[in-house]
Amino acid sequence: MTAKQAAKPSTFTSSFDWHAYASQLGALGVLIVICVIFALIEPAFLSSRNLFNVLRQVSIYGLLALGMTFVILTGGIDLSVGSLLALSGLVAAAVYKGGTGLLSAGTAGQAEGFGLPAAIGAAIAVGLIGGLLQGTAVSRLKVPPFIVTLGGLTAFRGAALLFSGGQPISTFTDEYKFWGQGMIGPVPVPVIIFLSFAVLAFIVLRYTRYGRRVYAVGGNPEAARLSGLNVQNITLSVYVITGFFAGLSGFLLSSRLNSAEQVAGVGYELTVIAGVVIGGTSLFGGEGGIFGTVIGILLIGVLSNGLTLMNVSPYYQQILVGLIIVFAVYLDQLIKRRRR
Amino acid sequence: MDRRSALLWMENVSKSFPGVQALEAVSLYVNAGEVLGLIGQNGAGKSTLMKILSGVYTIDSGEIYYNGESLHIHDPHHAQELGISIIYQELNLMPNLSVMENIFIGREPGPPFVVSRSRLEQQTRAILDRMHMNLHPTALVRSLSVAEQQMVEIAKAISRDVRVLIMDEPTSALSETEVETLFELIGELKRSGVAIIFISHRLEEVLHICDRVTVLRDGKNAGDVMVTDVTREDLIRMMVGRSLDQFFHRDEHLDIEQTTADIVLEVRNISRRGTVINPDAVVLDNVSFTLRRGEILGLAGLVGAGRTELVRAIFGADRRNSGQILIEGKEADIRSPSDAIRLGIGLVPEDRKGQGLILGLAVRINMTLAHLDSLTRVGFVQLGAEQRLVNEYIERFEIRTPGMEQRVINLSGGNQQKVVIAKWLMLGPKILIMDEPTRGIDVGAKSEIYELMHQLATNGISIIMISSEFPELIAMCDRILCLAEGRMTGEVSRHEATLETLMHYCTLRKQVVSNVEGELSL
Repeated sequence: MTAKQAAKPSTFTSSFDWHAYASQLGALGVLIVICVIFALIEPAFLSSRNLFNVLRQVSIYGLLALGMTFVILTGGIDLSVGSLLALSGLVAAAVYKGGTGLLSAGTAGQAEGFGLPAAIGAAIAVGLIGGLLQGTAVSRLKVPPFIVTLGGLTAFRGAALLFSGGQPISTFTDEYKFWGQGMIGPVPVPVIIFLSFAVLAFIVLRYTRYGRRVYAVGGNPEAARLSGLNVQNITLSVYVITGFFAGLSGFLLSSRLNSAEQVAGVGYELTVIAGVVIGGTSLFGGEGGIFGTVIGILLIGVLSNGLTLMNVSPYYQQILVGLIIVFAVYLDQLIKRRRR
Repeated sequence: MDRRSALLWMENVSKSFPGVQALEAVSLYVNAGEVLGLIGQNGAGKSTLMKILSGVYTIDSGEIYYNGESLHIHDPHHAQELGISIIYQELNLMPNLSVMENIFIGREPGPPFVVSRSRLEQQTRAILDRMHMNLHPTALVRSLSVAEQQMVEIAKAISRDVRVLIMDEPTSALSETEVETLFELIGELKRSGVAIIFISHRLEEVLHICDRVTVLRDGKNAGDVMVTDVTREDLIRMMVGRSLDQFFHRDEHLDIEQTTADIVLEVRNISRRGTVINPDAVVLDNVSFTLRRGEILGLAGLVGAGRTELVRAIFGADRRNSGQILIEGKEADIRSPSDAIRLGIGLVPEDRKGQGLILGLAVRINMTLAHLDSLTRVGFVQLGAEQRLVNEYIERFEIRTPGMEQRVINLSGGNQQKVVIAKWLMLGPKILIMDEPTRGIDVGAKSEIYELMHQLATNGISIIMISSEFPELIAMCDRILCLAEGRMTGEVSRHEATLETLMHYCTLRKQVVSNVEGELSL
């Protein structure tokens, strides 16, 4: 009886899951501290124009990081996003301009194209197919994700080169450029896209059955399997999700730069993984979430923006980001050890 | 016998873990040139004792004398320096290195950073020849049979000037001729003055190869006898003891002889071959049985008998080579746990933390994991309904947790187990398989789980219960099946079940199985 009474009052009151946020909140604290420091040193940092600038700069990384969060939550990794982004961007540009890049890169007249929806659709389709291939290799052939996507990193970049013949596809109409460069009121369009998908991804992971299963598979695949979950399909699906975001980002980046290039997105995977990890998502899976990822990506964006404002060399910025990754994970481990 | 002259002497050694007294004032000694058998049921304290000797655990109290001197074994490295080596059931070799590299790993002869293959080969050959081991020094370990790999382990111990060699179930994966070879090797070691501690469930072998036997029961000494003075039955009696009264008793039992209760599950001729270590090993050999509605069916067996493997095969968690499963008379095609769950089977796994729970996630999420489909509308988990359901089970099972959002890692073993059981009961299963449901759980929580199982059976759920504690099986089950080495060696009804009969069937080996009837006079 006493146990009943002890259990009853607290079950509903503690419905907010602090544990799930514990490591993610750490990153938020660091972000706030850094923002305050920058604001004190360089007042221009706090201007709304600059803040939107930061957001725009991180929106592509951010979109990729949303997908990466799903993969890392299952205990996987996707190194191929940068390459898949480049390939998708080229496909989008080629479809929009008419004629594939392979045949007539950059030379076709604008009037011959297939229209914007087809271009966006093609970019996303490329991303989905790339993700499906990699997800199949991971879930069915049981090749470690690191290896599969390392292969993807090389292969998709090669495909991008082959497709474009080494030539960028540039200069688009305003309709195309709007998605990467336009503004709605004071807010850049890519920022709106990023934040919308962030909210969507947050809801999926937090409130849907699918999201629950992603955490379960990452937390303990064997327990998940013995509870009747289809671990293979869930593992497959997260690579399709990163593929989707790589495809979408490929289009957005080509729109923003007014050019689709085979060298687009080189090294993005590392920044993106760094953001996810700084945001408190465990590389071992099962712990973390979108909230932390958004904070982690913002942290990287703010850091680079603030340091640029202060005229610090970008080389130092890279060193700093590297140190922060290690420090953030160390902090996370420290918190976990305390908790046990 | 003057124990002070013993090579190794442990006196009143105690060791406890949170919630468990693993060893209580256990004493054991072994002389140079002696083979000591160490026997006891699962959980009797054999492995704890072994890990103390190998320096993995430190003792809470008691003394260890070695060569007449009192000492502490700090860590495994220290144990090796002292000349104490252990050969575990799972061998610890590097499969992609050669025999000689494995034997001398970390201690290669010659100057630093240089390995002289010829010297390595020469020294290895010297050891192999001395022990009459028919192995090639340069053969890769992964190409060797289990028996040969075991020889490499022994050679490794010898190369380290072993004085006390502990062998944990060394014959469990060996064929009969291989066992003979091993016994010759043990004889050889004995003659050269090595003290051997031979841990085994195979009592015939213990009686054959050992000079003396130390019996453990529930973490205490239960006997120390010369093999010439005892029979197999004596050893069984010492191992099981008599401690039935402390257990929960079910007042209502399903009377199998008179019952016409429907058969819920029928298993026909399930077989499985191949383990990670040995692809030819027989894991399950033509096991058949039936389970009735509302029955608690026990599965008894010692380590390696195939109990867990049997229930995992039924649940679709492991592949099986052959065999049929019928549920309520209809053949069921179970290929994965989700198939089994759909058919109304739940599994409370043996390894609660590794397989039953997602430790880092909340009680609520763990509890509804298998039940999500019914709680989901258009993809969204209905949080209100979920919370009500979870709360209901927390109250019904009296799960002690600060709240449903608590991570299960922070719960006690008994409460963790209740979360796993609740997960399955939400589904309204017909059959609940419980593999060691009370392992690592304190006494209070144990009786709660017994009570719960009794209620479930009364409500018509059929339970298959695996337990290494025979008294628990006898107290809880309507019928008990005994397994040994992957075979069914006996079926015992509640009325006939005694510790001795169970232990008798569970230690029956293949040759003996055929003439069971003649052996029944215990």
